[in-house]
Amino acid sequence: MEGIIAQIFNGISLGSILLLIALGLAITFGLMNVINMAHGELIMIGAYTTYVVQTIFINYFPEGLFDWYFLFAIPAAFILAALIGLVMEVTVIRFLYGRPLDSLLATFGISLVLQQLARSIFGAPNVGVQSPELLSGAVEIFSMSFPISRIFILILVALCVGFMFYYFYKTGNGRRIRAVMQNRDMAASLGISTRKVDASTFAIGAGFAGVAGMALTLIGPIGPTLGTAYIIDAFMVVVVGGVGMLLGTVAGALGIGVFNTIFEYFTDASMGRVLIFVLIILFLQWKPNGLFSINTRKLD
Amino acid sequence: MSVKKSGQVLFMIMFTCLFIFIAGCSTNQEDSRAETPDDEVENTEVEDSGEEVEVEDDQIPVGILHSLSGTMAMSESSVRDAELLAIEEINEEGGVLGKELVPVIEDGASDWPTFAERASKLLQQDEVPVIFGGWTSASRKAMKPVVENNNGLLFYPVQYEGMESSPNIFYNGAAPNQQIIPAVDWLMENKGDDIFLLGSDYVFPRVANNAIRSQVEAKGGTIANEQYTPLGHTDYNTIISRIKEEDPDVIFNTLNGDSNVAFFKQLHDAGISSEDIPVMSVSVAEEEIQGIGADVIEGHYSSWNYYQSTETPENEEFVSSFKETYGEDRVIGDPIEAGYFMVHLWAKAVEKAGTTDVDAVKEAADGITYDAPGGTVEIDGENQHVAKTVRIGEVQSDGQFEEVWNSGEPVEPDPYLKEYDWAEGISEDLTDE
Repeated sequence: MEGIIAQIFNGISLGSILLLIALGLAITFGLMNVINMAHGELIMIGAYTTYVVQTIFINYFPEGLFDWYFLFAIPAAFILAALIGLVMEVTVIRFLYGRPLDSLLATFGISLVLQQLARSIFGAPNVGVQSPELLSGAVEIFSMSFPISRIFILILVALCVGFMFYYFYKTGNGRRIRAVMQNRDMAASLGISTRKVDASTFAIGAGFAGVAGMALTLIGPIGPTLGTAYIIDAFMVVVVGGVGMLLGTVAGALGIGVFNTIFEYFTDASMGRVLIFVLIILFLQWKPNGLFSINTRKLD
Repeated sequence: MSVKKSGQVLFMIMFTCLFIFIAGCSTNQEDSRAETPDDEVENTEVEDSGEEVEVEDDQIPVGILHSLSGTMAMSESSVRDAELLAIEEINEEGGVLGKELVPVIEDGASDWPTFAERASKLLQQDEVPVIFGGWTSASRKAMKPVVENNNGLLFYPVQYEGMESSPNIFYNGAAPNQQIIPAVDWLMENKGDDIFLLGSDYVFPRVANNAIRSQVEAKGGTIANEQYTPLGHTDYNTIISRIKEEDPDVIFNTLNGDSNVAFFKQLHDAGISSEDIPVMSVSVAEEEIQGIGADVIEGHYSSWNYYQSTETPENEEFVSSFKETYGEDRVIGDPIEAGYFMVHLWAKAVEKAGTTDVDAVKEAADGITYDAPGGTVEIDGENQHVAKTVRIGEVQSDGQFEEVWNSGEPVEPDPYLKEYDWAEGISEDLTDE
């Protein structure tokens, strides 16, 4: 019984990490249809931002405050990644809307540039981020222990998803974004500046990637090639969930997380990975549009 | 792009990534036994490759062939630094045979054919009597036929998987019996004999674990479980659940590269401390610890032949002159030390032979000793490996190791594990690789 509960927790936890890394992509790829291969590098930027914030805290703040650096790291990671995303959008991406293959190549190039940049600034070896005392260790519930960092990530993801739903479905900006993504010409003719909407949407997506990077410092390595480890998972989640559907992304991430953990538990890590891909391939045969899809009459 | 095409796009992307990943893996994988990245990478712009180096009569050119660009640059440029330091020291003391050593530096660019090509350039065009170089097993295997056909000499600095003995290569890193086997013995004596094997999923960890399994079973221990994760794997929750279920005495870790960071962080977060279940690693050195975070890995163990903290008078001198030359914040690990002493070993062999002629040097090399920072090393003329002291270190809170055990004397190299009865059969498996 304990084993089962622990595995369910592991599954949800893996799902929450997948969701976190896919959230930004759900916007840039899901809503905007940009095959953003530099998504992983935006995650990396978030991770390095956390490293820098931590270093600043170690050097300039009293020791007692160190544990709270992560509270500053979250907005810092969001803002920096969003700014870099904005620069990407303005200089490159905006010329490539509607040309997915070109955007794949261009963003892949950007990802290499960003990796090299990180290497030049921070050096090629991994850097260390010390987890705050508050988030390390585990809590015991009924003789089972749950790592606090995982619980923190679960909460962070829940907050991010909540914020995204609120932003996209309850605010004027969100409405404009959805209007532009659904019918660009119509939205433009009603006086919405599609350029501004495109740029700000991409920046928000990039910002969420940055937040994911911050969270990943708690559980994984921080190096220039950090992003490449997560990019496939991120695309996988968005596609399985249904491109363009935020709710689908949530369901897709949790589904993949739980199944992956179950498979891994009954076989091993390599085999689990194979099985999850087999499952996804079969699933996409059955539902090519992903878990949730918009019924559309649009011709393409 | 239509929604319906998204599936295709996914596979396209996966394919692209797979390709990149495989390219990356071939590096990781081949440097198998050799992952000890060491510090400060970006000072790689030393010399352009292909340059003619003018050598005068009172000078001897020596080749240095490491990856100064590409993924392996982060590890190999530090070894190059150590080799240059050794050459400088030798020159200060009057050189070899009264002649000054002139390094001819080439860039292997983390690309194995380039290693072969640059090696033949060094041997044929520059006519160097020796090449110091390589890191990954793949780069060594690429240079092997070149040095054999040209009757050159290669000094190789990194611990590796064993089962090789080229007449033209001197192996200065540890053979398995100078690292893994003593580590297993030590664990079984001091930490318990129920061992959980965890490794990255490729040739080296599988083969090494095969050997460890035979060794442990021959000594009456048990293997709690044997688990592999893909290279670059970052989620160790399920593995950790298994570890909790099996509750082994120790974990023997042959994970490679970044996975180590994820594994140790998550193990720590799961509340498993080094007191509960100690982990013995064979590819975590000072440099990796910086990336993992000393607070997370504190108290766990590694097995090497040298630590920056090794207490010998030679090491004190070596660490201070290395830091003086290359910067205070540099950390030094096992292969850097090997790169340093192997230049001295070659110089001594040349002095003994009285010539730089390859055959004469090889013959003179048998029994040459040098007081290296990690203790005295001695060349075994038969298999051309070196006898070196095995050291097991415990990670301290400052990211350095504290030695908890050493072999007391240099351990004779046994690359084919001939001296171990339980290794029968494994040798053949390994030789096939």
